[in-house]
Amino acid sequence: MDAAGPDSGAAEMSREGASSIEALSRRLQSRFAGLLSHCAIAFGEITLELPVQHFVRVCWALKDEPEFAFKQLVDLCGVDYLSYGRSDWETSETASSTGFSRAVETEDYAAHAQQQARFAVVYHLLSHTHNQRLRLRVYSDNDPPKLPSVVEIWNVANWYEREAFDLYGILFEEHPDLRRLLTDYGFIGHPFRKDFPLIGRVEMRYDPEKQRVVYEPVSIEPRTLVPRVIRPERQQPPQAAPEESGDA
Amino acid sequence: MPEIRNFTLNFGPQHPAAHGVLRLVLEMDGEVIERADPHIGLLHRATEKLAESKPYNQSIGYMDRLDYVSMMCNEHAYVLAIERLLGVEPPVRAQYIRVLFDEITRILNHLMWLGAHALDIGAMTVFLYAFREREDLMDTYEAVSGTRMHATYYRPGGVYRDLPQQMPQHQPSRFRSKQDIARLNRNRQGSLLDFVEDFTQRFPRCVDEYETLLTDNRIWKQRTVGIGAVSPERALQLGFSGPMLRGSGIAWDLRKKQPYEVYDQMDFDIPIGVNGDCYDRYLVRMEELRQSNRIIEQCVAWLRANPGPVIIDDHKLVPPKREEMKRDMEALIHHFKLFTEGYCAPEGEVYAAVEAPKGEFGIYLISDGANKPYRLKVRAPGFAHLSALDEMVRGHMLADVVAVIGTQDIVFGEVDR
Repeated sequence: MDAAGPDSGAAEMSREGASSIEALSRRLQSRFAGLLSHCAIAFGEITLELPVQHFVRVCWALKDEPEFAFKQLVDLCGVDYLSYGRSDWETSETASSTGFSRAVETEDYAAHAQQQARFAVVYHLLSHTHNQRLRLRVYSDNDPPKLPSVVEIWNVANWYEREAFDLYGILFEEHPDLRRLLTDYGFIGHPFRKDFPLIGRVEMRYDPEKQRVVYEPVSIEPRTLVPRVIRPERQQPPQAAPEESGDA
Repeated sequence: MPEIRNFTLNFGPQHPAAHGVLRLVLEMDGEVIERADPHIGLLHRATEKLAESKPYNQSIGYMDRLDYVSMMCNEHAYVLAIERLLGVEPPVRAQYIRVLFDEITRILNHLMWLGAHALDIGAMTVFLYAFREREDLMDTYEAVSGTRMHATYYRPGGVYRDLPQQMPQHQPSRFRSKQDIARLNRNRQGSLLDFVEDFTQRFPRCVDEYETLLTDNRIWKQRTVGIGAVSPERALQLGFSGPMLRGSGIAWDLRKKQPYEVYDQMDFDIPIGVNGDCYDRYLVRMEELRQSNRIIEQCVAWLRANPGPVIIDDHKLVPPKREEMKRDMEALIHHFKLFTEGYCAPEGEVYAAVEAPKGEFGIYLISDGANKPYRLKVRAPGFAHLSALDEMVRGHMLADVVAVIGTQDIVFGEVDR
């Protein structure tokens, strides 16, 4: 049994953290110059966006080069950007004279012209030696979406990629065993896509005449209890009251 | 000449040692595991998709139901992610309360793990002992939130309400004698903090009891020493975190390395193992029980001395008090807006992780500026651990599968989500 020593105060740590994130961002931009499409710091976290063709090369470097040493893949998830930034209910300043808009039907999203690639996969990396985190995002605009697998680089990706395939239908090339993971045996569709209804497509019940479980189209109506609303006036983060967050 | 083939064995999904609804397809050569293929998803509820359809605050309760043995730690990660997005910081007292309840949750979780793990590999008594102490901690949950398990106590900006001044007591009934009631209420005379302090005073002796039963027990050692050993390099590759990583000898704990709330004010140690087998992970978790107890003691001392607000005073995020709502028009409007529409978070994405009892529990939140998350991803420690099951049990006997499932501390609420 071993014990780690006491740590310094929170304020110094957050300052150290901020400067080390900026240093990491500079190192990443100089090392991978020309390979990244975007590198930004927001909410104290670095996000790298990179094109598919350089992706695997950058991943190997991030894992193996001692100045990065991102030995662990913490998380991998698919994202569907189909309805990003779309609200069910338009709220504008003119609402008092013109009235509010009608809520939109979810099916309208499909007709919405896509400005960018629909699917992305987001990777969260952790370096235990440097105590740093990094987020990678790769967009995939093919249909079906297809990305290289990182199972070779981080073995834990095996199940995460199966999950992303199951829920979003993202194919990972050279994955050793790309099967469905979370949904039922024989499930059809990719349930976390934004155009897949929340209530699903089929329901099942026991049929006493056939004496087995049968699947039927859902009999319930989808409904929105709270509409999705985007209010621009709340886009700025509110100021934390100084007397409450003072001596933490 | 007879053909020799491997035998395929189906384990679960309704097996008492499968910790819920794990279905394992085991390919066996005699009694030795050649390959293990876990089939998960039998408890899949699409929590992440449900969260996309609700305002932020309405999903806090879903977080309790993910890892249903460490409820408040899950809430903590979710609330932390929202707070980072909104740029708010809870009052210091709320931070101490959160640390207090995170550690109570850690003890709750480790006691459940200890009892179930020991029961799985043949030690019945520990289970009964562990549940005796769990009951007291459940009562603290009930005292602050009204429920024993699914608390929904943490809120963005603080915690729902302050610790109660009076610990709820057992009421007389025809099923219990007067002496019994008096005995049960002996340590419930004061406030919640008095009750928790009383618990911290007797808990180290309880851990001694568990250790007397197991640590030097010959059968226990035969079942755990050298079983499911993982090297530090493999532990990183396989995405281990929490006690699974520390059992393999890597001193990594988010409470120390990336402290959140007031963990940097706390004095505690991080136990690590040497061999990375089931026995070392057992020792790590037993020491964590003692360290959590130390942290709780420090929180109780601080909370006694420092009264104050437990949630921020911004009614754009936090509903106003009920009395205030009845008198004040402004408060009524705030209340109405919060409960019909919720609040909009600024556009952006955050990943907030806490050191949950099972490992790193993270919430990845993408907001497009709406009153609901655009995408919520739950990073469950058990998911990564279970995906390594195949590697951990290969070459072991069938009976050792149960020991490895136990040592991974698998809970299907979080694995299947």
